[in-house]
Amino acid sequence: MGTLPSLESFNLWAALPGISVAVWACILLVIDLFIPKTRKETTAWLAAGGLVFAFVANLLVYNAEVDSFLGMFRADQFTAFFNIVILITAFVSILLSIDYLKRAGIERGEYYVLMLFSSAGMMFMAGANNLIVVFIALELLSIPLYVLAAFRSPEPRSEEAGIKYFILGAFASAFFVYGAALLYGATGTTNLHEVFEQVGRVIGGETTGMFLTLLGSGLVLVGLGFKVAVVPFHMWTPDVYEGAPTPVTTFMSVGAKAGGFAALLRILAIALPMLVLQDGQTNAAWQNVVVLVTTATLILGNFVAIAQTNIKRMLAYSSIAHAGYISMAVAAAGTAGIGNEAIQAALIYIIAYMFTNLGAFAVAMAIEKDDGSGTNLENFVGLGKSRPLLALMMTVFMLSLAGVPPTAGFLGKLFIFQTTLHAGLEWLAIIGVITSVVSAFYYLRIIVNMYLRDGEGDPAAGATERVNWAVYVAFAGTLLVGILPILVTTLTERVTLVANIVP
Amino acid sequence: MENTGLSLVTVVLFLPMIGFLILLFLREQTQLQTIKYVTLGTSLITFVASLLLWAALDINNPALQMVQRIDWLPQYGISFYVGVDGLSLLLVVLSTFITVIATLASFRTHALEERGRQKLYYLFMLLLEWAMIGVFVVQDMIIFFIFWEITLVPMYFMIGIWGSERRVYAAVKFFLYTMAGSLLMLLAILYVGTAAGTFALPEITAMIQNGTLSFPFDGLFSPQSFLFLGFFIAFAVKVPMWPLHSWLPDAHVQAPTAGSIILAGVLLKMGTYGMLRFCLPMFPEASVAWAPVVGVLAVIGIIYGAWVSYAQTDMKKLVAYSSVSHMGFIVLGIFALNAQGISGSILQMVNHGVSTGGLFLIVGMLYERRHTKEMAAFGGIWTALPVLGGLALLISLSSMGLPGLNGFVGEFTILMGTLGSQSLGFVFALFATTGVILAAVYMLYFYQRVFMGELDKEENRQIEKLHWSEYAALVPLVVAIILIGIQPFIFFQPMDASVGQLVTQMQPFVTSVVQLVP
Repeated sequence: MGTLPSLESFNLWAALPGISVAVWACILLVIDLFIPKTRKETTAWLAAGGLVFAFVANLLVYNAEVDSFLGMFRADQFTAFFNIVILITAFVSILLSIDYLKRAGIERGEYYVLMLFSSAGMMFMAGANNLIVVFIALELLSIPLYVLAAFRSPEPRSEEAGIKYFILGAFASAFFVYGAALLYGATGTTNLHEVFEQVGRVIGGETTGMFLTLLGSGLVLVGLGFKVAVVPFHMWTPDVYEGAPTPVTTFMSVGAKAGGFAALLRILAIALPMLVLQDGQTNAAWQNVVVLVTTATLILGNFVAIAQTNIKRMLAYSSIAHAGYISMAVAAAGTAGIGNEAIQAALIYIIAYMFTNLGAFAVAMAIEKDDGSGTNLENFVGLGKSRPLLALMMTVFMLSLAGVPPTAGFLGKLFIFQTTLHAGLEWLAIIGVITSVVSAFYYLRIIVNMYLRDGEGDPAAGATERVNWAVYVAFAGTLLVGILPILVTTLTERVTLVANIVP
Repeated sequence: MENTGLSLVTVVLFLPMIGFLILLFLREQTQLQTIKYVTLGTSLITFVASLLLWAALDINNPALQMVQRIDWLPQYGISFYVGVDGLSLLLVVLSTFITVIATLASFRTHALEERGRQKLYYLFMLLLEWAMIGVFVVQDMIIFFIFWEITLVPMYFMIGIWGSERRVYAAVKFFLYTMAGSLLMLLAILYVGTAAGTFALPEITAMIQNGTLSFPFDGLFSPQSFLFLGFFIAFAVKVPMWPLHSWLPDAHVQAPTAGSIILAGVLLKMGTYGMLRFCLPMFPEASVAWAPVVGVLAVIGIIYGAWVSYAQTDMKKLVAYSSVSHMGFIVLGIFALNAQGISGSILQMVNHGVSTGGLFLIVGMLYERRHTKEMAAFGGIWTALPVLGGLALLISLSSMGLPGLNGFVGEFTILMGTLGSQSLGFVFALFATTGVILAAVYMLYFYQRVFMGELDKEENRQIEKLHWSEYAALVPLVVAIILIGIQPFIFFQPMDASVGQLVTQMQPFVTSVVQLVP
C-alpha cells in the first residue's frame, strides 16, 4: 500500500479487445447523434467495424498469458477464445439486425451501441479473474440486454420479455452478489487465485468457514445458472426468447450463454476446484450439484421442446438443452485431473453451438413476417420447394443441433461425451445420449415440414426475399468445424486454466 | 504398410462424390436426362473401380490392404484411415453393384415424376453410395461412426420425400430408431478409444491380441459386456434383429423402390458387418459369452420373420419380413464363431442383397404398373409378362434357398457352421432349419398368388411390357444369383484368409469362455 502502481503494470494492452469494444461503444453513442434517422445503417456498419478491430486485436493477444488491472483481469487463451465467440456472435447479430430493424420499423442507433456494450460485458466476463469484476461484467452484459429485449416496444410481447428478463435477471445478480459476498466472508479475498488458496486452507482445517464457502459457491452457481439458463433457473428463457426481437434473441442465446459459461468455468475451475466436503476426496463438491442440474436441464429442455409450435420457443428450449450439454463438460471439470480437457470440450461445443444457433435463428428471421408473426413451425411447410437454398441450410443447422455428423454439432457432442466418460460420469453421458435422440425428433420436425409435407401452407409469404449473407457465414462455419475440426481444436490446445495453479 | 500415395480404396470411396459435384451444376428443368445418366455413369464407374479393388486384393494376405491414413485430429488419435480386407471387400462390391441397380430402378419410378425434385433424389443416391462405401472401408472408429450416421440422412429423405402415403412416419421412425442405437455405440467407441489412446481399429485389435489392452470380463454383465452391448445394440437395430425390427416393415413399405433395394441390399448389412468388424475382435470374451443369447434372438427372428411374412397380403411387407428372417441367419452364422459360419454369413450378406434387392425390384415394377402392392390384385402375371415371370421365379427360388442358386450356398454353410459351433450347436441349427422350410412356404405362396393362376383381371391383361432399364436392372441380379450358386468358390476365395485370421484370434477365447459360462 501507499505507492501507486505504474500504468505499465496494468497491462492494458492485454485487455485491449474488451476495452476497444467498450470505448468504441461510448464514441459511437456520440457519433450516432450526427447520423440522420434515415441512415442508421451507418451506425450498424460502424459498430461492426469496431468489432472487426477488436477481433484483430484479439488475434494479436491470442497467445498472451498476463494479468491486467493488477490481477483483476486475466488475458489468456481462454479469454481470447471466448472473445472470438462473442465477437463473431455480435458481428453476425448486427448484420442480421440491419435488415430486421428496418422491416420491423424500430431502427435506432442506440440498438447497436447497446449491443456493443453488452458484448464488452461478455468479453470482460470471460477474462474476469475477480468476483467483483465478474459482477460488473455481468451487469454490463445484462442491462443492455434488458433494453434490447424490449426494443420492439410498444409490442406487448416484447415489453413483457424486457420486464421479465429484467426482474429475473436482477434476482440472478442478487444471488450472485450475495454468493460472492459470502465467499469473501469465508476467504477474505475476491481474487480467484487467492480464493483458491484460501479454500485449500478451509478444507485443510486451518481456517473455519466451510459453511460460508459452500453457501457462497452455491449462490454463485444459482446466479450464473440464471444467465446460462439451466434448469431450474430457465423459466424466463422461452418467453424472453419469443418476445424479444429475433436478432436480440440470436445475440443473447449465444453471447449471454457464452459469457455465463466463461465465468462459471473460471470460477469453478480456478477458484473452487479443490472444494471438497472431506479432506482426501478428489472430486469437487459442486460436481454432484452440477450433475443434477445438468440432468434436469437435458431432460426438461429436450422434452419440452417437443411440445413447442413456435420456432423461437422451440429454439429457446433447445438452447436450454444445449446449455445442458455444455454443463456436462462443467460437471466433468469437477473430476480431478480432467479440468483442462473438460474446459476444451466446453469451448469446442460453444463454438459449434454458436455457428449452428446463429444460423438457425437467421433462417427463422428470414421467414418471419414484418409484424413479427410467421414464426410457427407450420410456416416452414413447403420451404424446401419455395426457397431450396434456405431450406438446405436450415437442414444442416437442424442436423447439427441434433448432433448428426459431419456437422459442428456432432463434433461438439463428441468432445463433450468423451470428457464426460473420462471424468467417470458414465450415467450422465448416457442421459446426454438418450436426450440427443429425443432432440433429433423435434429438429427433424422442421425438416419434415420443409421437405416432406407438401405445401399446404404459404411459406414465408411477406418475408424478405433476400437471405442475409450472415446465414452463409454460419453455414460455412457449421460445416467447416464439422469436417475440419482441427481448425478449432488448435485454438483450444493451450487453454490450460487448471495447470496454471495446480502444479 | 502405410503409403503416402493415393490408395485405390480412397479412389473408390470418393468416385461417387465426383458425380455428386457434377450433378450440383446441372439444372433439373432442362437436363433431367443428363442428371440420370451422370448418376448411372458414376455408379457404373464406381462399380468397375470396386471390381479393380477385388482384382488388386492379395487373397493370401489376411491384413488390411491398400491402406491410406491421413491425420484428422492427431492429438486425439483420430485419423482418416481406409483399407480393405477379405471381410469388407465383397460388401464394397455389393454396395457399388446395388447402387447401379437402384439407379436403374429409379428411372421408371412414378413417384419421382409425381413429386419432382429429381436432382435432389439423384444427389442423395450418390451421397448414400459414398457413405455406404465409407462404412465398409473406414478403419477408424470415429470416422466409421460419421459415415454410419451420414447414411441415415439421404435414406431419411428418400423415404420421406418420395415414399408412399405414410412416408413421414416411416422416415422419422427409421431415423430415430437407428440414431438411438448408434449413439450408445458412440459412447462405447469413445470409451474404447480413450482406453486405447487411438481410434484406429487395427491398432486396437493388435493391442488386444498382444494383451496390452483388455477390457475386464467376468461374465455376462461385466464392463467388457457393456461395451460389447453398446456396439451390438446399434448393429442389431440396423440388421434388424428381433425385437428391434419394427422400423423395418414401415421403412420398406413406404420407401420408393430404389430406397427399398438399397435398404435391404446394403444398409442392413452394415449391421452384420459391424458385428464382424467391431464386436468380435474387440470384445472376444463377451462375444463368446453372449453368443447363445444372440443365437436365440437370431433364431426367433428367423422363425418370427418367416411366420409373419406368410401372413402378409402386401407384397412389400412380405419381402420386408422375409428380410428379418434372412438377416437372422446371417447373425447366427457370425456368432457361430467358426470359419464356416462367418464365411457363410459374409456370402449370405451378398446373397440377401442380391435376392431381396431383386424381389423389391420386381414388387416395384408391379407396383408401377398397377399402383397396388396387394397380392390379391394380381394373378397370372406370368402369362402377361412371361420374361418377368421367369426371372421372378428364379429370384424367388434363390431367396428360399434352392440348391444350385446363391441362397442355398450361404444358408447351407451357415447351418454347417452352426452345427459345428462350440458356442451354438445342434438345437440352434435345428430351429434355424425350420426357417428354410418356412421360407419355401411364403415365397411359393407369394409367387403363386402373383404370377400363377388365371389371368382374370382386365388391368393385368393389358399390363405394360418391361422397359430396357428394367431389364438392365434385373438381368445383372439374375447373373449374380446363378454365378454365386454354381461358382461360390470365386466369392469365398477373397475372404478366406481374413476370416481364418479372425477365427484364429477368437479360438482361444471360445475355448476358455465356453467352459466358463454354462
